Amino acid sequence: MQRLATALALLFVACIAGPASAERLVVSLSNHRVAVTSNFVGEELVLFGTIEPDPVRSALGPPYDLVVTVTGPQQTLRTRRKQRVLGIWVNVDSREFVSVPSYLAVLSNRPVIEIADQETLRKLQIGLNYFLLPQRIGPDVADTVADDPFRQAFVRLQRQQGLYRESSNAVTFLTPTVFRAAIAMPAAVPTGNYGIEVELFSQGKLVARTNTALEVIKAGFEQYVADAARDHGLLYGMATALMALMIGWFASVVFRRD
Amino acid sequence: MQIYLPIADLPVNIFLVLGMGLAVGYISGMFGIGGGFLMTPLLIFIGISPAVAVATVSSHIAASSFTGAISYWRKRALDVALAMMLLSAGIVGTATGVWLFTELRALDQLDLVIGLAYVTLLTVVGGMMIYESVQAVLRTRRGGPATLRRPGSHTWIHGLPFKLRFKRSKIYVSAIPVWAIGFSIGFVGAIMGIGGGFLLVPMLIYFLRVPTATVIGTSMVLTLITMASATVMHAATNHLVDAVLALILMVGGVIGAQFGARTGQKMRGERLRLLLGLLVFAVGLRFAYELVVPPDDLFSLRYIGSG
Repeated sequence: MQRLATALALLFVACIAGPASAERLVVSLSNHRVAVTSNFVGEELVLFGTIEPDPVRSALGPPYDLVVTVTGPQQTLRTRRKQRVLGIWVNVDSREFVSVPSYLAVLSNRPVIEIADQETLRKLQIGLNYFLLPQRIGPDVADTVADDPFRQAFVRLQRQQGLYRESSNAVTFLTPTVFRAAIAMPAAVPTGNYGIEVELFSQGKLVARTNTALEVIKAGFEQYVADAARDHGLLYGMATALMALMIGWFASVVFRRD
Repeated sequence: MQIYLPIADLPVNIFLVLGMGLAVGYISGMFGIGGGFLMTPLLIFIGISPAVAVATVSSHIAASSFTGAISYWRKRALDVALAMMLLSAGIVGTATGVWLFTELRALDQLDLVIGLAYVTLLTVVGGMMIYESVQAVLRTRRGGPATLRRPGSHTWIHGLPFKLRFKRSKIYVSAIPVWAIGFSIGFVGAIMGIGGGFLLVPMLIYFLRVPTATVIGTSMVLTLITMASATVMHAATNHLVDAVLALILMVGGVIGAQFGARTGQKMRGERLRLLLGLLVFAVGLRFAYELVVPPDDLFSLRYIGSG
């Protein structure tokens, strides 16, 4: 009896004070594998999900906020800055961004800055301004402030390529507890494993999170060519040179006039 | 119709690339050059990275120069001995060029060197061609012969040792300038993604006095072998040759070249040289403009590695 009372009391406390376990998120992706084939021009994936709401909070508070962060395989990129030297424009200064996502999409139902305060966003790495993008500065590797010129240029260039994106209307609530998020993949999307982090907020606080994954692969002929070029460079080169000779010879036979 | 390029990692319009191949092929057939100095900038312009463009164009030039070389071979208008001599140095030049290309890429200065090389070479060579052909056009206007014979005009080049006789071209020259020319063409070709035909032909004419009958055929054999080996070396060291892109370019190129050759044969030699000179010079100016005018974006990204 004593034990049961304690258990009930604990359960009660958990319901009131344990927000992390109060809601549950269930998500499903339209497609877990994106195949880059010879006619690939980009693709849009759809993430569907439902929130199993906490009765107390859903009765009390305003509706939920949702942020979906999609990160592509890590890569290292160098951001270079041109300067005029002796009248011509030359790359003089550069910073290396170490192990940053090759694709980064932050999708939400409203601007992330309205969803939670800056400290929370920074801690959870939500939003392009708060995502950790470590740079190699001398011997150290560290992220800089969001308005660092190299960081800004890096994010801007990646956005121009469609590889980094922040969209405050990509998540739509179909009902207060059912949502859909559109994940746009540009044509130049890097191949590899992608992580999808889904975070649910209520009144500026993280209440539930879940994750899923997807894979972008080169398929068929594209993969065959890319693999051959990487793994058997010499043979691949000889095959390409041979192809050039074949086509050259073929043309001279077809167009022979004497 | 879009097609995804496996090495360049981006989709391109297949008809656009085919059209570029046709257009450049037409010009190359007309003037008897590879056309790399036009194709590489065009590929960069449609968004292909300079490194992939340079590496891929070498295979395209190999195809078009092979077609050309076969037709000159049938007319017995090429000097195999001279081509082989140039080639022995050309291979060394290409290997040095591919090595420097890899080094410069690591230093982030490849784009600058490619740009500077284009400006200097194209404006200088283009300017010289314009000057020379305008003189020739003026001479024909006055009723004189188009080509000025310079009988027995021996320069210091003819005084060098290790002399060799090239029967087909009817010349007797030192091996040193032949090797120097071969090396520089191979070197420049690997770095700039050009076959160097437009450089080699005037060099052979002015320095070695190779007769015009064999000069283009010989230049094509050399271009063919240096570009085929550049393709293999670029593929083996930098993994940057895009076979799909190369195939589309080649098909367009060899067809365009046939029609270009017909137009070229109808034109007078000095007019043709003037036209080529203007074209080369214009491309050179275009590169100069890019280096001098403030870029739209001071920043650019370069891929270092995964992980």
